[in-house]
Amino acid sequence: MTAAPLTSAEIEAIRAQFPILRREVNGHPLTYLDSAATAQKPGVVIDAESAFLRTANAAVNRGAHTLAGEATEAYEDARGTVARFLGVAENEVVFTSHATEALNLIASSLGTASLGRGAGSHADAAPLALREGDEIVVTELEHHANLIPWQELAARTGATLRYVPVLDDGSLDLEAAARIIGERTRLLAVTHVSNVTGAITPLDALVPLARAVGALVVLDACQSAPHLPLRPRELDVDLAVFSGHKLYGPTGIGVLYGRAELLDAMPPFLYGGSMITTVTMERAEYLPAPQRFEPGSPRLSQAVGLAAAIRFLEGVGLDRIAATEHELAAHLLGGLASVPGVRVLGGVDPAGRVALASIVVDGVHAHDAGQVLDEVGIAARVGHHCAQPLHRRLGATASLRLSAGVHTTVAELDRAIEAVASIRPFFGLDGGAAS
Amino acid sequence: MSGLEQLYQQIILDHSKHPHGVGLEPGEVTSHQRNPVCGDEVTLALRWDAAGERVTEVAWEGSGCSISQASASLLATLAEESAAEGEAWRPEELRALIDEFREALRSRGSIALDEERFGDAAALSGVSRFVARVKCAMLAWVAAEDLLSRRAGV
Ligand SMILES: Cc1ncc(COP(=O)(O)O)c(C=O)c1O
Repeated sequence: MTAAPLTSAEIEAIRAQFPILRREVNGHPLTYLDSAATAQKPGVVIDAESAFLRTANAAVNRGAHTLAGEATEAYEDARGTVARFLGVAENEVVFTSHATEALNLIASSLGTASLGRGAGSHADAAPLALREGDEIVVTELEHHANLIPWQELAARTGATLRYVPVLDDGSLDLEAAARIIGERTRLLAVTHVSNVTGAITPLDALVPLARAVGALVVLDACQSAPHLPLRPRELDVDLAVFSGHKLYGPTGIGVLYGRAELLDAMPPFLYGGSMITTVTMERAEYLPAPQRFEPGSPRLSQAVGLAAAIRFLEGVGLDRIAATEHELAAHLLGGLASVPGVRVLGGVDPAGRVALASIVVDGVHAHDAGQVLDEVGIAARVGHHCAQPLHRRLGATASLRLSAGVHTTVAELDRAIEAVASIRPFFGLDGGAAS
Repeated sequence: MSGLEQLYQQIILDHSKHPHGVGLEPGEVTSHQRNPVCGDEVTLALRWDAAGERVTEVAWEGSGCSISQASASLLATLAEESAAEGEAWRPEELRALIDEFREALRSRGSIALDEERFGDAAALSGVSRFVARVKCAMLAWVAAEDLLSRRAGV
């Protein structure tokens, strides 16, 4: 990693931009370690949304008055900002409600192609059709959002869903992957970073396997976009999704990136206004991507807010965020490793991890463990984090997840580690202080 | 007492570590309740006297956080104590108790459970300040309510 980590003065300046960090919880300063669930918003994002609503709100693509023109421009500017962020073309960026919708869009579109329906007058969707004998491959560590749409697509088309298993240490079994991804594989859907272990997926090992057999690659970038520079083309994936709200942007907005030729071949997901050219009582012709996938009134202030979030992150520098996170990950995992009776899912080796860790406290249910942290103002997530199969595989029903953001300090991690060390003693079990 | 100590009173910790009333019979009529957020589970049975008029025992099995497990254990204890005092619950009595329990737990700390009526289970009053945990404490009681409704044929 060449970029320098953020200095503590820089992190303090970043913290000052997040109004919510000024509040207290249960008499303690808020220590927000739940950015993986949803990130807090810097003032610039809140202001951008608000300013749009105060000064430029109008229906986009649907009117000729001045305000409508300005709103349309703001919306398309937002698309341009996302495109620049990803290093892709503007017509390769589709706005959705969230990553979940983006993944459903892909699965539903391929399902439609499998019914023999196309994309209208544009490139033929037939090569995208799935049928019996075809295989869709996911991994055992996916978020439910990147699992269930594929289960359903398989059920609807007769294709088979297979998965790359997880090893005891929480990593993907790459040897098995080489056997599973083969001639029959038509699509590989995989997360970029696990929302449970924080491990960065070895895409350089997986993607070539899919490429070799001509399978499409779908990347769930929800947990990578806030932490690492995201370049779908360099990663050689066909489609990628992420959610705005995890990227310091608003809720209600997500992004689907798709290779232009591919998007243009994909049938629509939702049908209605703003996605058509000519409509008769019998049929309709569809616009090319991205409009084909954005029927109905779009999410305006949310898109504008997301663009502000991206500019904020670009201002800090994703490479510097990644360098900082690397240090935070090492600090977090090292600290947790020193607490007796605590197991970190995916182990404590910080190589290839973002600053996110899920723990199981021996003898204490995650829900109870989380309560001890909440008492001192630490916000952490408890539960299965929408990854039941991975928890089952690692022998846990639920875990407690600590996830850092761009505003997280080492001192906050130390507070959290200390609080984790107090959990077992609180419940009358042996425990030692973190060293 | 800190908020946390109010939530995790010693009675609750004891019941979660050494639960009462655990063990179901094969084929028994049960209600299975789950909290999808955290995976807490309780499967519960009501055991009736020979005439089928009064609840003599509450039996259950489950897994999950200490609040959900202690609450099931405390419900079983309360049933056992009521029966031992010759006051085994009629369905309408149990239903009233469940309603009262729910009202207190949803009161955000403004209503405390009556110790006369709830015995040790009154220790669960502290849960009502923790909105996210009310569901955990309700799990066993919802299972009992479900069984009463099914029995009444509704
Ligand atoms: C890896 C991963 N994929 C998908 C999602 C779904 O994101 P959203 O709920 O914003 O659609 C999440 C967030 O919970 C996630 O962590």
